[in-house]
Amino acid sequence: MKSPLMKRGGMAVAALAGMALALTACSSSDGESSDPSGSAGAAGAESGDYSITFLPKNLGNAYFDTSDAGGEEAIEEFGGTYAEVGPAEAAPDAQVSYINTLAQQGVGAVAVSANDPEAICDALNEARDAGTKVVTFDSDTNPECRDLFINQATADGIAKVQVDMIAEQIGDAGQIAILSASANATNQNAWIETMEQLLADEHPDIELVDVVYGDDDDQTSFDKTAALLQTYPDLKGIVSPTTVGIAAAARYISTSDAKGQVAVTGLGTPNQMREYVEDGTVTAFALWNPADLGYLAAYAAKALIDGDITGAEGDSFEAGKLGEYTVDADGTVLLGDPYVFDADNIGDFDF
Amino acid sequence: MTDATTVRTYRDYGQPLWRRILLTRETGIIAALAAVFAVSAASVPNFASELTLQYLLLDTAAILLIALPMTMVIVTGEIDLSVASVVGLSSVLVGVLYQGGVPMALAALIAVAAGAVAGAFNGFLVTVVGLPSLAVTIGTLALYRGLAVGLLGTTAVTDFPDGWRDAATGTIPGTPIPWVIVVFGVLAVAFGLLLHFTPFGRGVFAIGLSDSAAAFSGIRVGRTKLILFVLTGTVSAFAGIYFTLRYGSARGDNATGLELAVIAAVLLGGVSIFGGRGALHGVIAGVLLIGTLSSALRLANVTSDVINIITGTLLIASVVSPSVTAWVRNRWARRGRSAAVSQP
Repeated sequence: MKSPLMKRGGMAVAALAGMALALTACSSSDGESSDPSGSAGAAGAESGDYSITFLPKNLGNAYFDTSDAGGEEAIEEFGGTYAEVGPAEAAPDAQVSYINTLAQQGVGAVAVSANDPEAICDALNEARDAGTKVVTFDSDTNPECRDLFINQATADGIAKVQVDMIAEQIGDAGQIAILSASANATNQNAWIETMEQLLADEHPDIELVDVVYGDDDDQTSFDKTAALLQTYPDLKGIVSPTTVGIAAAARYISTSDAKGQVAVTGLGTPNQMREYVEDGTVTAFALWNPADLGYLAAYAAKALIDGDITGAEGDSFEAGKLGEYTVDADGTVLLGDPYVFDADNIGDFDF
Repeated sequence: MTDATTVRTYRDYGQPLWRRILLTRETGIIAALAAVFAVSAASVPNFASELTLQYLLLDTAAILLIALPMTMVIVTGEIDLSVASVVGLSSVLVGVLYQGGVPMALAALIAVAAGAVAGAFNGFLVTVVGLPSLAVTIGTLALYRGLAVGLLGTTAVTDFPDGWRDAATGTIPGTPIPWVIVVFGVLAVAFGLLLHFTPFGRGVFAIGLSDSAAAFSGIRVGRTKLILFVLTGTVSAFAGIYFTLRYGSARGDNATGLELAVIAAVLLGGVSIFGGRGALHGVIAGVLLIGTLSSALRLANVTSDVINIITGTLLIASVVSPSVTAWVRNRWARRGRSAAVSQP
C-alpha cells in the first residue's frame, strides 16, 4: 500500500492548504476585517494615517478585551483604523512574529502589552526603524525599545488606595492582616512594604498582625483566610493585593460567621468580585480601569504619529475625555490614581 | 485477503522508479508547501519579500532543529514530549551560568551537555527500566520544566553578548538566510544520511515496524533508542541556546508548548505515529508548511485562533487522508475481486 494512494493523501493536503489560504485571502479582501495592511503599506510613517494595532499578551483575555475596546473607542473618535492581533497564549516569544508582521505591513502605531520585557525588544526596534510608533501599556518593555509606556498605576498609588480603603472600612482602628500572592512576588512585596510604612505613619491605631501567602492559588488562599480568622479572633479586616487572594478571601468570609464583621479589600477584578459586592461581603476594592488604559494608549499613539510628541519628558498631549497628560521620566505616562469599584459602579464593568 | 495484500505489494514494487519517488506522501507535502508559497506570494500583501522568508526561518529554526532527532524517535515508535522543557532548561542554564561569570562559550557547552544528560535519563528510563516513552517523557516534561523555573524563578537573564546575539539572528550577508539555518542544513544532511543511508538508520525503521523482529535480526534495540534520546536531548539543548539568543532572554518558561509544534510538524511531514515509516525531507517540508501558512495568514490579518483551527485541520486531514484513501481503495479492490470471482 504505497504510491498512488499516498499521492492522493499528499494531494489532499495540498488542496486543503491551498483552499484555506484562498478562503482567507478572500475574506481579508472583503474589507469586513480591519485591514491596516495593503492600503496602508508604506504610508504608515506619514502623519495622519491612524492605523493603530493593539497587541495584547494573548487573545480571549477579558482584561485585554476591555483595554482594547477602550482603544477602539478612542481610535473611532479621531477617525483612525483599529485592529487587534495577538497570540493565543501568553508565551514570552509569541508576540515577536506579530510585531514582525505589523512592521512589514507598515502600520502607523502598535500598542503592546509585553509578555517579556526583553524578548520582543529587537522586533519592536525593527518596527520603529520601519516608521511604526510603539506604545506599551500594562506591561512595559525595556525603555529603549518603545516610544512611550502607559503606566496603569504606581506602587505608591496602589499601596495608598488599599490602606485608605481598609482604614475607612474598619473605622481606622483594629487588627488587620495581609493575604498576599507568593512570598517572593516582586510587585506585591513592594506594595506591602509601602503599605506598612503608610500604616505606621498615618494610621497608628491599625495593627498589622500578619502577612500570609496564598501563592496565587485559590484553594491555598481560601485555607489561609480560614487560618487567619482562627488565629486572630479580633481581626477586623483582610487586605489582599492580588486578584486571586481577594476573591478567595471574600468567598470564605461570605459563607462564614465573620461576614459583616471582617472587611475584605484589596486589588480585584469586577467579574470575580461582583457577587461578594452584591451580597455585602465586600464594600469596595480597587484596580485600574483597563478601558481607560487602552483609550489613553490610543491617544498617545495618535500624538506620536502626528509628531506632536516624541516621548521625551515634559511632552504633553490631549487624550479625549481623559484630558491632558504629560510624559514623565523614562517616557512614561501615568494613567492616574487606581480606580475604586463599589456597589454603585461595578455594574458598568465586564472584565 | 492475504492474496490481495500480496498482489498489491508486488504491484507497488512493479512501479517504475520515477513513480516511486514522485508519488509519495513526502512529495505531496512538498507540493503543498510550494502551492502555499505561490498562492501567498500572489495574493497576500507584503508576503513576497525577503523579510518574510527571513522571519519565517528565524521563527521555525528551533522547530526545524528538534524535528530532526524527533523524526527518528517517532520512527522507532517512541515519542519524546520533554523536548520543550529541555529547551527551557538549557535556556536557563546558559542564563544562570553566564550571569555567574562563566564565559558564554563554556556556558553553552555545559547547557548542551546537560541536554545530553536529560536525554540519556529519558533513554535510561525507556530502555533499561522499560517504561513506555509516553509516560516517561510526560514525567520529564514536568521535571525538566520544574528545574528550569526553579533555577531562575520568575526572573529572566538578559544582556547576552552582542556577538552571540548577532550570530543567532544575523543572516548570510546579502541573503535572507539566517546563520542558524546553515547549522540546521549541516545537521539535516547528517541526520538524513544517518537515517536513510546507514545500517543504523535501517535499524531505526526495523524497530519501528517490530521491536522483537528487529531484536531477533541482531539490531541492538535498546542501544539504538538510547542513542536517539540522547541525540534529541542534545539537539533540543542546542535549540534552547538559539532560542535564548534569538529573543535575548533566558526564562524558565521559554518555549513552553514547543513539543506539540514539533510533533505536529513531524506527523504532518508523513511520519507514522505508530513507527516504521517516514522521511526527513517530508518532515522539513512539514515544518516549513505550517510556518509558511501561519506567516501568510498573519499577514492576511487572520486571528491566531483561526490560524490554529486551520493548521489543526490540516494536520488531521494529513493524518487521516492515507487511512481514508486506503479504505476506499480496499473497497474498490474487494468489489473488483468479487466481480472477478463471479465472472467464470
